[in-house]
Amino acid sequence: MDDKSKETPVLRKTFENELQQLKDEILLLGSMVEQSILESVEALKKRDIPAAERILELDKKVNAKRYAIENQVMIVIATQQPMAHDLRLLASIMEINGELERMGDYAKGIATINIRMGEQALLKPLIDIPRMAQKGVDMLHRALTAFINEDVEAARLIPAEDDEVDALYNQVYRELITLIIQDPTSIERANWLLWAAHNLERVADRVTNICERTIFIATGKIKDIRSSDDEAQKLKNSP
Amino acid sequence: MTHTIEKIKTQRIKVSEKLVYVLETKKLNIYYDDFRAISEVNMKIERNKVTAIIGPSGCGKSTLLRSFNRMNELVQGSRISGEVLFHGQNLYAPDVDPVEVRHRIGMVFQKPNPFPKSIYENIAWGARVHGFKGNMDELVEYSLRQAALWEEVKDILDHSGLALSGGQQQRLCIARALAVQPEVILMDEPASALDPISTLHIEDLIRELSNHYTILIVTHNMQQAARVSDFTAFFNMNGDRSGYLVEYDNTNQLFTMPKNKLTEDYITGRFG
Repeated sequence: MDDKSKETPVLRKTFENELQQLKDEILLLGSMVEQSILESVEALKKRDIPAAERILELDKKVNAKRYAIENQVMIVIATQQPMAHDLRLLASIMEINGELERMGDYAKGIATINIRMGEQALLKPLIDIPRMAQKGVDMLHRALTAFINEDVEAARLIPAEDDEVDALYNQVYRELITLIIQDPTSIERANWLLWAAHNLERVADRVTNICERTIFIATGKIKDIRSSDDEAQKLKNSP
Repeated sequence: MTHTIEKIKTQRIKVSEKLVYVLETKKLNIYYDDFRAISEVNMKIERNKVTAIIGPSGCGKSTLLRSFNRMNELVQGSRISGEVLFHGQNLYAPDVDPVEVRHRIGMVFQKPNPFPKSIYENIAWGARVHGFKGNMDELVEYSLRQAALWEEVKDILDHSGLALSGGQQQRLCIARALAVQPEVILMDEPASALDPISTLHIEDLIRELSNHYTILIVTHNMQQAARVSDFTAFFNMNGDRSGYLVEYDNTNQLFTMPKNKLTEDYITGRFG
């Protein structure tokens, strides 16, 4: 049983193309979500309502893309009867597809906050929240690259960076609580920003799920990379 | 009913109830003249499970299957080395009667091959030859029920077996094999000549039968192997050798996370 080193001959070109196309579609969906996240935060920072409304439109396209990918995965499963690695890849595409769509919802949530804030000014200039967005998007981008390349090593390392996002979240949280204590009438405006930060914190959590799937595709093992991810643990660690 | 059926069970090959493995090969080689079709195969077949044998054409699947009830002996120039153990006893030992072996280890072939006789006689004939003295009507009904064919043929038992559809004929052949109360049923591509619905009937039947019988099935259809079997053995051949066992594992494991790259390539359709 020493045949591991043998090259895979090229057969099933149609199937290979279908798999490649699905991977490309996931990358495209990922790009749309990255754009949504960054632009939703930029719009909030500038209190740009028309830009926030454009995010809501973009989210509709994200949702439509998600369903199109889901449909295509089911067609490939039904017509090609995938096994082993191919099956794990398709199951993971389905999962990652859902994760990306939910991340898009977080961006939509931030845009909605922006719109609901109406005429209210920001409680404070946004510094750490854009950093959270930048970091989350950067992690997402590399997680999707690791997924495409089935880079298990990268997929194992990226989730640890979630700590940075959590640290930024805790920073924002402390700052906002301080402002509320100083001026209890600011509670509503503080709450808007806290929700925005919370959404971004969840983005990074979902990146971890994508990395877990990448490891699963390559190894066949589902591993909970960061069990401390659960909400109870988060609450325990929060200030 | 069971009591009647028990009568046709013989004890000429000693049965040990403790064994989980019904069949086992040890360093099994099978030759056709100078050509070695099966190479050094060691495998154990678990009782009351379905074991599928898959692999590319010409890799020796059917040869291996036939070795389990000494059908290869009927091919001129074939010989074996190593052992095929049935309940720990070598099937190829000089004192073992091949007819008795085929009684205990039945076979169903690729193309349905009912006798050109009535449905009833298709079942009764083999049992009679094997000395069955019980209630033949009961045996016929029992066998046809086990083969999930009774309801379709109970009113036409006197019709020719050849008048049935392909899928029904194959179930009749399975019923015929069951009538002599084998412990093991060997199936060589039992559904490859059937339409998709008949195929699913046969597959359901195989699952049902595994409650009472040990089943070995050779199939070209990997989805079928995945659907019906508990264990799957993947055989391959290359320039130097043929009929060697690449990987043998429980079916869920083999089709989702095979350990060997060759198995992965074969089941995902990258070669073969």
